[in-house]
Amino acid sequence: MSAITRDEVAHLARLSRLALSDDELDHYATQLDDIIAAVARVAEVAAQDVPPSSHALPLANVFRADEVRSSLTPQQALSGAPAVEDDRFRVPRILGEEA
Amino acid sequence: MTETNTLMPYDEVLARFEPVLGIETHVELGTASKMFCGCPTGFGAAPNTQVCPVCLGLPGALPVANEQAIESTIRIGLALNCSIAEWCRFARKNYFYPDMPKNFQISQYDEPLCSEGYLDVEVGGKVFRVGIERVHLEEDTGKSTHVGGATGRIHGADYSIVDYNRAGIPLVEIVTKPIEGAGELAPEVAKAYATELRELMRALGVSDVRMEEGSMRCDVNVSLMPRGASEWGTRTETKNVNSLRSVERSVRHEMERQGAVLAAGGRIVQETRHFHEDTGATTSGRSKEEAQDYRYFPEPDLVPIAPAREWVEKFRVDLPELPRVKRARLMAEWAVSDLDMEAMHNAGAVELVDATVAAGAPAADARKWWMGELARRANESGTALADLSITPAQVARVTELVASGALNDKLARQVLEGVLAGEGTPDEVVAARGLQIVNDEGELSAIIDQVIADNADAADKVRSGKVAAVGALVGGVMKASRGKADAGRARELILEKLGVAG
Ligand SMILES: [Zn+2]
Repeated sequence: MSAITRDEVAHLARLSRLALSDDELDHYATQLDDIIAAVARVAEVAAQDVPPSSHALPLANVFRADEVRSSLTPQQALSGAPAVEDDRFRVPRILGEEA
Repeated sequence: MTETNTLMPYDEVLARFEPVLGIETHVELGTASKMFCGCPTGFGAAPNTQVCPVCLGLPGALPVANEQAIESTIRIGLALNCSIAEWCRFARKNYFYPDMPKNFQISQYDEPLCSEGYLDVEVGGKVFRVGIERVHLEEDTGKSTHVGGATGRIHGADYSIVDYNRAGIPLVEIVTKPIEGAGELAPEVAKAYATELRELMRALGVSDVRMEEGSMRCDVNVSLMPRGASEWGTRTETKNVNSLRSVERSVRHEMERQGAVLAAGGRIVQETRHFHEDTGATTSGRSKEEAQDYRYFPEPDLVPIAPAREWVEKFRVDLPELPRVKRARLMAEWAVSDLDMEAMHNAGAVELVDATVAAGAPAADARKWWMGELARRANESGTALADLSITPAQVARVTELVASGALNDKLARQVLEGVLAGEGTPDEVVAARGLQIVNDEGELSAIIDQVIADNADAADKVRSGKVAAVGALVGGVMKASRGKADAGRARELILEKLGVAG
């Protein structure tokens, strides 16, 4: 029983807008299955007295005061953008024509 | 946009179906800085001038939660009678869309900060309790402009350009439980809920809740079930309804549209719809590329929130009076009717009248000016009453000048006009425009003598006992003084001069 199926990998690739070939899907499905199986071994070690956790440190309530700090200039902000128009990030068409 | 909706008459919808509503409201908090970084939050700044590595999602940047935003959310939850979580986390909502530069939105999933509350709203003198499912905190998205295509809409656009100034502004989402049993009042209950929620946000001082600028927006869910049925129908969600009136219209329209579809044997499609202000209709926002698979997981870059009970209780004690409770109290204090209060509420005058009374004006006078002359001028210029360039303290000063006899109503209107035109304070306008009532008895006496001489007929009538004829003489004095005479005092003096006892 695999931890992740080839179909699930294809679904995740689509959600992430990654175009994967059939060969790549085979390849990554096997790799990801190995990775997940390896990580899942943690569950074998964790006893009933170890609660599940989403953070490495037992911290809570780390806040910052509501104070304004300086932002980037638009030139800095846009410096890594593949395309710019009117000081805005230009992105490819989001949706096609209505069905 | 060729889609047209067949509608069923509203009465017929009610005769055959029972509506069930649900409302999700997004409120942008009025914090100085963003939710997870120190960028400013002001509306209308030049594009991409309020962004940094954190809110642009650049590699290596780490978010830290804004304490003020957490506090505001807890206060909203308390005001909505919610339980406040003892421990909860942020979650990543993953989706691929250019308005979020990180390709995920930091939100909350199964551990909202506040849950299980209610808000009472009043419609037609009846109180409806709207259940609150949850109140959670997330970050707002950037703003896209769609270029090319027909109408600036996303469909058919050639490409889009994005400004991330809004991305990362703290956003509170308030979700109701299903609202059942409102029947014919459903559209009004939806509007009353949105109105009350907006007032509550104002009273708490957590947001400017300007719907026209998008700092409060509603998603309205509507479904119909046949009368007597026990299972709800399929719902639609009308997104980003951005005025109180539109909330009401969109509910009514969806009821009429769904009624027609169901009556014709059709099925309602569970979908997102868009409301059009101009036509009052909704259209389908369906797209085959809409993948609702958000793969939520706990946000690894932020630690959990565990609000201490003392902290929460301190906020509870400091909660402001609820708007509905306050209106009931003011109604009694001002001795006004239900209808008068509702008129003031709808005109956005309650807070202004209250502030004017607090500045020393009698309630009746404060109400008279705000609901009369000032409402008229706001209406003329198409501005909200609160946006007129006159303060409650200035209105109070005008009522004081009238009460002391320094101004009459006619002059007071000119003073208000001057203040609104930016000519200064009421006292400065009085001085600059020379609007003092003629208090100099000598000057008034001379004017009266002249008027009596010019109107001998009327004067004779008064002398012979027809006191009603004095009105014409008082009118003459007001005219000769260009409205600056004290009409009551003028009447006394005229009668005295003509040897008639008032
Ligand atoms: Zn930032």
